[in-house]
Amino acid sequence: MTVIEARGLRKSFGATLALDGVDLRVEEGRILGLIGPNGAGKSTALHAILGLTPYQGELKVLGRDPWSQRDQLMRDVCFIADVAVLPRWMRVAHALDYVAGVHPRFDRAKAEAFLAKTSIRPASKVRELSKGMVTQLHLALVMAIDAKLLVLDEPTLGLDILYRKQFYDSLLNDYFDGRRTIVVTTHQVEEVQHVLTDVMFINRGRIVFNCSMEELEARYMELTVRPDRSDAARALKPMHERQVLGRSILLFDSGVSQNVDRTQLQALGDVRTPSIADLFVAILGSMPTQGVAQ
Amino acid sequence: MTTQSNAISGSPLESQALAPTEIPVTRILYWSVRRELWENRSVYLAPLGVAAIFLFGFLLSLFRLPGKMRGAAALTPMQLHVLIERPYSFAALLVMGSGFLVALFYCLDALHGERHDRSVLFWKSLPVSDLATVLSKAAIPIVIIPLLSFAITVAIQWLMLMFSTLVLLGNGQSISLLWTHVPLFQMSLMLLYHLLAGHALWYAPIYAWVLMVSAWARRATFLWAVLPLVAIGFLEKVAFNTAHFGAFLGRRLGPGAEDVPYTVDSISMAPLTLHTVLRFFSTPGLWIGLIFAVAFLAVAVRLRHNRGPI
Repeated sequence: MTVIEARGLRKSFGATLALDGVDLRVEEGRILGLIGPNGAGKSTALHAILGLTPYQGELKVLGRDPWSQRDQLMRDVCFIADVAVLPRWMRVAHALDYVAGVHPRFDRAKAEAFLAKTSIRPASKVRELSKGMVTQLHLALVMAIDAKLLVLDEPTLGLDILYRKQFYDSLLNDYFDGRRTIVVTTHQVEEVQHVLTDVMFINRGRIVFNCSMEELEARYMELTVRPDRSDAARALKPMHERQVLGRSILLFDSGVSQNVDRTQLQALGDVRTPSIADLFVAILGSMPTQGVAQ
Repeated sequence: MTTQSNAISGSPLESQALAPTEIPVTRILYWSVRRELWENRSVYLAPLGVAAIFLFGFLLSLFRLPGKMRGAAALTPMQLHVLIERPYSFAALLVMGSGFLVALFYCLDALHGERHDRSVLFWKSLPVSDLATVLSKAAIPIVIIPLLSFAITVAIQWLMLMFSTLVLLGNGQSISLLWTHVPLFQMSLMLLYHLLAGHALWYAPIYAWVLMVSAWARRATFLWAVLPLVAIGFLEKVAFNTAHFGAFLGRRLGPGAEDVPYTVDSISMAPLTLHTVLRFFSTPGLWIGLIFAVAFLAVAVRLRHNRGPI
C-alpha cells in the first residue's frame, strides 16, 4: 500500500520556492530519512504531508488530501515536531487524559507503561521537565497511538546523546513492527543510518537523491586508496574525492561507472559502504550552485 | 462532571461495531473545553476570588446589621430596598463583571497563545477539527463563564442570606423583613435570564470578534481588537461629524439605551415577565449581532486552518 504519494508538489513563500516540484512515493513499512541542508524544504514537505500548510500539486496521504482532511487524517498519523511543542502548562496526567479523550486509537495503559520506565511523574507539568523528558513524554503519547504513519521532524534536536540513542532504540524495538511507516528528518544523519530503509536527499526544494538502503549498499563504494594506486583509482572516475589525514578517499557509483566492481577496487585499497553523511556531501557538493557548509 | 460518563458510556459496543475510529463530537468538545479550563484556571479562579473577597467584606458588615434592622421600621420601601437588597445585586454585578473581563482576556489569548508557543503543532497533530477547537474556545465565554457566574452568584447570595439570618436570630430579631426583601429564588431566575440573554447572546459578537482577532494577529491582540473600532469611530467623526458607530458600540457594551433591556450594569430585580423576554428576543440588534458572531467565528475557523505557528 502506498502511504504517501506526491506529484509535482510546489510551495512558495513569497519569492522563495520551498518546494519545487517534488515527486515522492512512500510505501507501507518503510522508514524514510529525509536529509537536506537548512532551508532545503524538509519541514515544508512534512508540513504539507501533515496538512499544516497549503500547496500546489497532487498529494495523497493514506488516500486522503491532508490540507482539507487533516482531522480525519490525524487518526492514522502521528507527528513529533522539530522543537518540543507540548504545551508547557500541561500536566503529564492531563496530556494522557486529553489524548485518551479525543484519539480513537490511543492506548493509555501503553503510554503509562512507557512513562513508568522514565523519571517523569504524572503530576509534573511539562515546563518542569527537561528537554529530553519532554521528548520522552511526546514519544510515550505517540507510541501508544496505533497509527499507520509517524512523522518525525528533527525529533532529537538539542538532546544529549543518551536520549537520542534511547529515542531511536525505543522507536525500533517498541514501535516499529514492519506495518507502520516512518518519515524522519534529522541533521544527526549518522545516528539514523542503521534505522532507515530508505534515504532521500532534498535540496532547494527538489529531491536530488532517492534510494533504498539495500540499493545504496550495493551501488556505492568508498575506497580508501593506497597512496601508490591513487592514479589508477582516479582513472576509474570516482564521483567524489576527499582527503583525510593525507589519504585519498574516493567514492564510486557503480550505477554510473559500469566498469567498476568491488573486487577491482579491493586491489587498490580498503573498500566499504559509504556513510549517508559522506554520500550527502558528495552528491550535494557536486551540485554547481550549492555550497555545502555542513 | 457527568458529561464524560455520558459521552463514554454512549453504548460503546454499538459505536465500535459501526466505526472503530469514530469518537463522538460531543466527547471531543467535552475534552476540548476541559483542556481550556486546565490551561485557563483564571476562568473560574477570578470570579471565585472576587466572590470570596466580597463575602468577607459582607461578613464584616454584618456586625452593623442588627442596628440597621432595628431602624428599618421607620424607612420608606425604597430605602428598605437599598438597605437590604442592594448588597445582593452588588454581589451579582461583581461576579458578572469579573466574568466579563476574564472572558475578554481569555478570548484575546485563545487562538493566539497556541500559535505563539508553537503548541498548535501538537494540537493539530490530533484528530480534532479546527471547527471543534474554535467552538470549544467560544464556549468558554458564551456558555461556561455565564453558567459559572450564575453558580457562584447563587452560592454567595445564599451564604449572605444564611449568615444574615443567623446574625439576626442570634440577636433575637425577626427575619421576616429580611426574607421578604431578598426573594432569592426570583433573583436567581432573573440572574440566569440576564446572564443567558445579556452575557451569552448579546455579548456573543464581542467575544467572537476578539476570538477572530486572536486567530489573525501575529502580536498585540489587544490593540488589534480595539484600535480598528476606535479608528472607525474617529473616521466617522472626521468625515461626517457624527458618532453613530460609537453609540452603536456603547449600546452593545454598556448600560443604557432603551432597546437593550439587559446589559451588565442594568440588572433589574423587577420580576421576569414574558413581555420582557419577548421584547428582548424581538430586538433586531440581537439577531444581527448573532449573525455577526457566527460570521466572525467562521472566519476564526478558517484562520485556525490556514495559519501556522508564529
